[in-house]
Amino acid sequence: MHLPLSFIEGDMAVFYELRCRDCGKRFPNEPLSSCDECFSPLEVVYDMDAAKRTFTREAIAAGPPSMWRYQSLLPVPQDYQAPTPAGFTPLLDAPRLAKRIGAKNLFLKNDAVCLPTLSFKDRVVSVALANAKVFGFDTVGCSSTGNLATAVAAQAARMGFKTYILVPADLEPAKILNTQVYGATLVRVDGNYDHVNRLSSQIAERFNWGFVNVNLRPYYAEGSKTVGYEIAEQLGWKLPDNVVVPMAGGSLITKIRKAFNELIELGLVAEKQVRFFGAQATGCSPISTAVKAGTDLIEPQRPNTIARSLAIGNPADGPYAARAIQQSGGWAEDVSDVEIVSAIQELAETEGVFTETAGGVTTAVTARLYAHGRISPDDLTVACITGNGLKTTDALAGKYDVERAIRPRMADFEEFVAQHEVHGVAIEELAAVGAQNVR
Amino acid sequence: MSVKVLLPNAFQKHTNGAREIESKAANLPQLIEEIEVSFPALKQHLRDSDGQVRRFINFYVNDEDIRFLGNEKYSFKDGDEVLVIPSIAGGSESGIPARFVLCCCSYCGQEDCLCDN
Repeated sequence: MHLPLSFIEGDMAVFYELRCRDCGKRFPNEPLSSCDECFSPLEVVYDMDAAKRTFTREAIAAGPPSMWRYQSLLPVPQDYQAPTPAGFTPLLDAPRLAKRIGAKNLFLKNDAVCLPTLSFKDRVVSVALANAKVFGFDTVGCSSTGNLATAVAAQAARMGFKTYILVPADLEPAKILNTQVYGATLVRVDGNYDHVNRLSSQIAERFNWGFVNVNLRPYYAEGSKTVGYEIAEQLGWKLPDNVVVPMAGGSLITKIRKAFNELIELGLVAEKQVRFFGAQATGCSPISTAVKAGTDLIEPQRPNTIARSLAIGNPADGPYAARAIQQSGGWAEDVSDVEIVSAIQELAETEGVFTETAGGVTTAVTARLYAHGRISPDDLTVACITGNGLKTTDALAGKYDVERAIRPRMADFEEFVAQHEVHGVAIEELAAVGAQNVR
Repeated sequence: MSVKVLLPNAFQKHTNGAREIESKAANLPQLIEEIEVSFPALKQHLRDSDGQVRRFINFYVNDEDIRFLGNEKYSFKDGDEVLVIPSIAGGSESGIPARFVLCCCSYCGQEDCLCDN
């Protein structure tokens, strides 16, 4: 069933629409996330013939240094002017981390420095709020484990929306403050993210608000594709062998895959079977559990992990994520909270990238995938770091001693250096032993 | 013994606009049967081609996912509030670009569906 997608909304030709993933029913663009026939999720589909004319390497290179350089394959009107430049984050080679974990060709997609709020959620929110404007909402909101809350609050402030944000009551204090500062109305909910998300679904049905991850979800999720576009462009328009992606709801991994496939279809990169690897915390690992069991049936879990930004026990995109991993020939792993903290430290110490707990999950899982031979050392592998460590500093509480203050005298400083050097050598030796164990 | 059942907006097209029902069902299977009897138009939409309740439909009892309470084995208690909510997912089904997904239609069962649903 190949139908032309171009139709007119107002004065503007629109080259995308919604389609049910299961029964294929088509919907005009509207704030809707479920099919009213089979209740399956809706997906944005594009007129790829139109994209062939507009989504070219040259047009992209002439675009802004943000995710909006890929605007013609994002679900926004052609003339949309994004008020906030998000995305287009660095792709860093990571030789020191690679050496530590037995890799030779490792890159980091560093969304710890994604603007404006230092997580990859800035990308999805940019697309969601563009559509909130299109649909005429005056109030927007979300359910969030923290990063999304901050991203919605910041961009909504700049776009003039009223904002209601629902979070689990036990969210890290820094993430609560980081959201309130933008003037958002924050609603703390006694319960975990899954409880918050369920309440948000009810609210979105009762109030005429744009909930970015509920009724704007199909548009919102498309923003994640830009991670995939950027990886390919920054590698010189080629695809990596492997991608390691943290999984909460499971959407990001599927959208990176969608991005790669669109690039192949449009001829911007050579066809290649990229293997996708999913990363979760053991304390909330419904998707990795399913992948290890060889199924796409997700059994919900009650989350218990410090990686709260990944603590979604009933991941809505879990079946799709599990299938994407399995079809690609990849794998999924999960790591303990102790490993997460160690990995945060290791990434910071080796590559100068301070990530939040979710990035610790990705880093620790990446190390394990090499250790277990799931990824070959020579493979070109990209690990996706999705958030900044300044947001979860409490995860490192007690990890560093506060050194005693010295007097402002050179003798004190020399004594300090002498003691520190001895201590430093000892730490380095320990790290070397640890590295051998990892291999 | 009765429980209050809140239906999602997505169901209303098939329930003549009803958003809430009272039920005397003892458990989830009985409740689903009762909903199907009350709203025959909903029946074909609730179940997949194998007769299973579609996986994207979630049931909650008093704020808790019914799967944590024993799922089909859970016995409803008087005054329970049952909430029906479709999953909110936004990922991509497969590696195939969405435009070229062959549509497996719920109605005709054909891969390349000709129904204009």
